Amino acid sequence: MTARTLYEKIWDAHVVAQREDGTCLIFIDRHLVHEVTSPQAFEALRKAGRKVRRPELTLAVPDHNVPTTPRVDAAGKRIPIADAQSAQQLAALEKNAPEFGIHYFGATAREQGIVHVVGPEQGFSLPGTTIVCGDSHTACHGGVGALAFGIGTSEVEHVLATQTLQLRESKTMEVRVEGDLGPGVTAKDLIMHIIGEIGTAGGTGHVIEYRGKVFEQMSIEARLTVCNMSIEGGARAGLIAPDETTFAYLKDRPLAPKGAEWDKAVAYWKTLHTDEGATFDKSVVIDASVIEPTVTWGTSPEDTVGISGEVPDPMSFADPSKQRAAQASLEYMGLTPGQKLAEVEVQNIFIGSCTNSRIEDMRAAAEVLRGRKVHPNIKWGIVVPGSGLVKLQAEAEGLDKVFTEAGLEWREPGCSACLGMNPDKVPPGERSASTSNRNFVGRQGPGARTHLVSPAMAAAAAVAGRLADVRELTREPA
Amino acid sequence: MEKVTEVEGRAYPFGMKNVDTDIIIPAHFLKTITRDGLGEGAFEALRKDGNSVFDDPEFAGAPIIVAGDNFGCGSSREHAAWALLDMGVKAVIAPSFSDIFSGNAFKNGILTVALPQEAIDRLMEVAQTDPITINLENQSVSTPFQDRWAFEIDPFRKRCLLEGLDEVGLTLQSDAVISAYEDRLRSQQPWVASGTKAAA
Repeated sequence: MTARTLYEKIWDAHVVAQREDGTCLIFIDRHLVHEVTSPQAFEALRKAGRKVRRPELTLAVPDHNVPTTPRVDAAGKRIPIADAQSAQQLAALEKNAPEFGIHYFGATAREQGIVHVVGPEQGFSLPGTTIVCGDSHTACHGGVGALAFGIGTSEVEHVLATQTLQLRESKTMEVRVEGDLGPGVTAKDLIMHIIGEIGTAGGTGHVIEYRGKVFEQMSIEARLTVCNMSIEGGARAGLIAPDETTFAYLKDRPLAPKGAEWDKAVAYWKTLHTDEGATFDKSVVIDASVIEPTVTWGTSPEDTVGISGEVPDPMSFADPSKQRAAQASLEYMGLTPGQKLAEVEVQNIFIGSCTNSRIEDMRAAAEVLRGRKVHPNIKWGIVVPGSGLVKLQAEAEGLDKVFTEAGLEWREPGCSACLGMNPDKVPPGERSASTSNRNFVGRQGPGARTHLVSPAMAAAAAVAGRLADVRELTREPA
Repeated sequence: MEKVTEVEGRAYPFGMKNVDTDIIIPAHFLKTITRDGLGEGAFEALRKDGNSVFDDPEFAGAPIIVAGDNFGCGSSREHAAWALLDMGVKAVIAPSFSDIFSGNAFKNGILTVALPQEAIDRLMEVAQTDPITINLENQSVSTPFQDRWAFEIDPFRKRCLLEGLDEVGLTLQSDAVISAYEDRLRSQQPWVASGTKAAA
């Protein structure tokens, strides 16, 4: 048999039918649904008199626009959402999920959280499965070895009605990382560095497989962070081959297989790796040892630089359109060429998002903040756990106290300040150190200036009141 | 979906590179539960100063946008396609597109036409004063000045657009093969087939 890549194995296993023109009907094993990209899809089903074909393969949870302030009052009564449109969108999902027979974790359920945190946490996201969601960060689930990608609302409707998608096979791309990450350098710094190297269109048309010892040694939380930002590199999906770390993470999760089925599943999952001799359409090699804690300076996720670096001169780019883009970025960001990143003051701190809101992220930020106070420059700083279960775990470890004693707010789970569609926003003209995934113009609110960083670096920025090298803070607190 | 055969008319000479879907439609407009009315929020950040091509009466109602590479990168929000449609845009011409955006555009009958940068440079000039024609059947883009470029399109997408096919309806015709696949899944990978019913 021909040697195949991991992507090709998962793709082949999901081909329901192939047409002459090469388009394939691909079976979708798992569908995650949230309140923002689904109402129009359910409405279309209703209009056409169609049902959800396999409701048990869909899981619904609100995350994007739910406020992260308390959701129930002291008497346990639900607090209404102030924004009428958000409330209406949430009400639509609350109605649609039961009407179409879909399992639903409501806004006040302890399992509620960001779809991409909930899926793996519940054992719903499994190796070798195809996973879709009306959200581009679905790539995240590649961290457990699933072929996972974002879809639009018309495709949400298509999956609900048919449990399939009409797709063409993607090209394959290998991102091979050699060497080790230095102290203070995390999965977030690595993926940001990779995007800086390949560019935001570097993976367009491709599915990335991340390969190398660095990934084998990573926790699942870290792998989810890496795969999450595949889309920022243009790739619709990113994958890391499942291994013993994956199996240990998934074992005994509520929706993971049990007993004899577990053994059968693991036996299958062990076949899910790129064969010796398989080839990729594109290959990139990254040297891990040169990577510093990384930050963004511009308004594209490819605008990355090590924390010891400087804001680049737009004219230093060879491509004239990149020169113009960099010039516009610097104007928006209020930065000047040659400015040291570590001297850039920030006023807002956001620790959260589907990229960095899992328990390890909470621990990494808390480790830096323990026994320290946020700097007077910081006007607003929030820590938003990725799910109710992450929140409970963090509280059991006392991490919430570390954050609140340092001067940050501890919130309810949700997408929060990642995308400026709920009350958590960065004010115009102000700067944030944010553990989210996009530094686009207006992403965190109109006029907001975003610097993407790791959780530890966000904590360091909170303490320093500016972008700061976490490696200078990880020694004993002053 | 409505049939699409040709898009002809003025074009916004936009030219911007890496236009992300947050630029096309910011998140605060995504709280809607319908597909309509999003044109109002399209390119909000750029229109704020009133100096963008989208504010210029010369191009008002133009059905085409000429843009730089990697158009539509970022979020999967189909609201980006709905916003363009609502402002009357039926086609975008750029050197390259994000995968998710071009899929969303196609589902809404918006053509995403990829042409080399030289062609884009020329179209940016032409768009200042004259219309552009995109013919889907012939897969060509032309101007009143004898310019003509061929473009590639996925044959399945082309057929769906030309015939105005309902993709869900089309797939449901494959019900028997999907059922057969599901039967195999239940016997070979019951842990996948059980989904949320696996909860004890």
